[in-house]
Amino acid sequence: MHVLPYLVATYVLLVGCYGLATSRNLIHAVGCLAVCQSATYVLLLAVGYRDGGTAPVFSDVRPGSRPVVDPVVQALTLTDIVVGATVTALLLALTVQISKRHGTVDPDELRELRG
Amino acid sequence: MRASLSRHTANTVASVNFDQRAFDTMGEMTILFAAVLGCVVLLRQARDEHRDRPEPSEVAVPVRRYALVVLPVALVTGLYVIAHGQLSPGGGFQGGVVAATALHLLYLGADYAALERVRPVEAYEMGDAVSASAYLVLGLAGVLAGTAFLANTLLPYGTFNTLSSGGTVPLLNAAIGMEVACAVVVLLARFLDQAVEIAEESGE
Repeated sequence: MHVLPYLVATYVLLVGCYGLATSRNLIHAVGCLAVCQSATYVLLLAVGYRDGGTAPVFSDVRPGSRPVVDPVVQALTLTDIVVGATVTALLLALTVQISKRHGTVDPDELRELRG
Repeated sequence: MRASLSRHTANTVASVNFDQRAFDTMGEMTILFAAVLGCVVLLRQARDEHRDRPEPSEVAVPVRRYALVVLPVALVTGLYVIAHGQLSPGGGFQGGVVAATALHLLYLGADYAALERVRPVEAYEMGDAVSASAYLVLGLAGVLAGTAFLANTLLPYGTFNTLSSGGTVPLLNAAIGMEVACAVVVLLARFLDQAVEIAEESGE
């Protein structure tokens, strides 16, 4: 088992969290959330990796001739990416509305309610 | 993995997504559909806004030439990736995004009016709904044929490593590909509308 991909996943997650915590711009925050989510892609692919494995696609590899990585986590990663894209789209749509209604995208200036 | 090989699907990831766990993919598709619906609702034209005709703008000649050369290539690549989802890496999700992005090269290469001519948003919204229901109908066809919902037992599995192999996998792939392409087009159209056309009423 290799440690490096797990360290990379943790690092990417922490970088994204730092960006989220210090963000002064909602669009920037949405980007940071996407960075956080990309840590989960690395984590999932690392979980399914096998030493010397190749892609689990048998159009040019004879079945059984060499190890392949786990296809289930790859399918999960695909789902993860799709869900991430939809979340980003929805959040950006919300940001557009916020900037139109409140005239700002700084989360700190959104404290007071406006009727 | 043995199950995917027994069903003649060379790309095991596609087999996991569209055969063994096809029900989960249906949920995923529903999430995408709901997100598009949410964006359309959030980014609709409000009462105090109006539409401006976008100004035709000048595009640098190399950009225009590059976009027009790459557009057909990208479109065909997207369709190829969808069609070969059961054989090689790729599939409906990836190919759909590529095909939808190809259309928007027109926005870069020409201008917004040209994009609007080839992109009636209503048609793509319809396409989104039709392909989402096509996925459901394919699943229900399994029920009618006497097996389970979305079970891959309906069609012959075909010859391994050919375009028609994998039973219902290529059909579900095509449905997903169309759904994703339409969804991306609708989403980008809504955001571009906000950026280019819709403006607030002045003096309010």
